[in-house]
Amino acid sequence: MSTTTLEQPPAAEAAIQSFTVTFLIRRFDPDVDTEPRWQDFDVEMYATDRVLDALHKIKWEQDGSLTFRRSCAHGICGSDAMRINGRNRLACKTLIKDLDISKPIYVEAIKGLPLEKDLIVDMEPFFASYREVQPFLIAGSAPVAGKERVQSVAERAIFDDTTKCILCAACTSSCPVFWTDGQYFGPAAIVNAHRFIFDSRDEGSQTRLDILNDKEGVWRCRTTFNCTEACPRGIEVTKAIAEVKQAIMRGKP
Amino acid sequence: MPETSAGTLTAPAKPARQKPGGTLYRGREGMWSWVLHRITGVAIFFFLLVHILDTALVRVSPEAYNAVIGTYQTPIMGLGEVALVGAIVFHAFNGLRIILVDFWAWATRHQKLLFWIVVGLWVVTMLAFTPRHLINVFSH
Ligand code: HEM
Ligand code: SF4
Ligand code: FES
Repeated sequence: MSTTTLEQPPAAEAAIQSFTVTFLIRRFDPDVDTEPRWQDFDVEMYATDRVLDALHKIKWEQDGSLTFRRSCAHGICGSDAMRINGRNRLACKTLIKDLDISKPIYVEAIKGLPLEKDLIVDMEPFFASYREVQPFLIAGSAPVAGKERVQSVAERAIFDDTTKCILCAACTSSCPVFWTDGQYFGPAAIVNAHRFIFDSRDEGSQTRLDILNDKEGVWRCRTTFNCTEACPRGIEVTKAIAEVKQAIMRGKP
Repeated sequence: MPETSAGTLTAPAKPARQKPGGTLYRGREGMWSWVLHRITGVAIFFFLLVHILDTALVRVSPEAYNAVIGTYQTPIMGLGEVALVGAIVFHAFNGLRIILVDFWAWATRHQKLLFWIVVGLWVVTMLAFTPRHLINVFSH
């Protein structure tokens, strides 16, 4: 006669525990500051919240002047790469439960690009390098009989990893070579060149290999693997760079 | 109203807390192996520079050469030699690791493991070298 479903209250009604988390944010207001400064904020957070939620709470409830970029809030647009506890991460993909909240959480702008305000840097040098590798399909011929350009599954698999890039700059701004030499193309540009160099439908590989054979090209890479560790899309960035190096040595993809 | 709103164009009363230039980037094995590789590479370079100069001295004046080499026979130099060998051994093993990482996809994926193997080989080599060398140095 009893229906078991109604005997216990739903578990969700129990209060979910929240924590006070301290954030130390490296701020810079070009109108006032001559140098960046650290400012701390205490925020009430749940374990499943993300660092981006903390930035929102700070901006909406404590200090409206806090400046940062974000758009999708779900790891797709690549707007909110920043240095969280000394490592490049997307704020929208970094959960509070994965951080040690017994200590303050350091949040600062990515390194190596000109700081504009708080967590915002000038991305133009980054995108300039991206444009320089010609990240678009170069094909002289029209597809056969007006159909798509056919490619086998195996041919597609060769560059599958590097199609996932969201241009967040986490890799490029984690690279010690890029910090000291802003002329270096950087991992992201090489990843996006890789995506077309190894595409069987593309005919511009040689041009791109020549561009990356430059003094500021792939040979700057010192294999520190910071880029691979930083990539929020899990792209094996250093491996892609190594493949481009080898393609240059072979003289073909 | 927030304490510091967009309108308050004043620096906060509390002075900047720690780490003025931003935090140190927390790279992992790959980054630190590179830092060590560069430090040891540059250190070896300067050693060789000096060493070529002092060896060249023998052509200028054998007496001066003997005098200079004689000053090397001290315990402090003996300890310096341990550091030099340590640097060369690390640079050589890690140099081989970098070559593997550059040319072999498996090694690119397992560079962390390879780094710890380099550290292991370095420790073994130094354990074999250091006692013998120091016995030599201090028994003179
Ligand atoms: C004994 C004299 C040596 C000197 C003075 C020396 C010096 C250097 C220096 C200054 C670098 C540049 C590091 C950088 O730019 O990050 C370097 C890199 C390198 N060294 Fe040596 N090295 C020596 C011996 C060796 C040996 C014995 C090996 C291997 C068996 C080796 C393998 C390498 C490799 C593979 C690199 C490239 C590292 C990278 O891409 O960052 N070196 N070396
Ligand atoms: S390779 Fe990864 S880290 Fe680099 S820009 Fe693309 S998504 Fe971001
Ligand atoms: S806000 Fe779009 S990637 Fe984080």
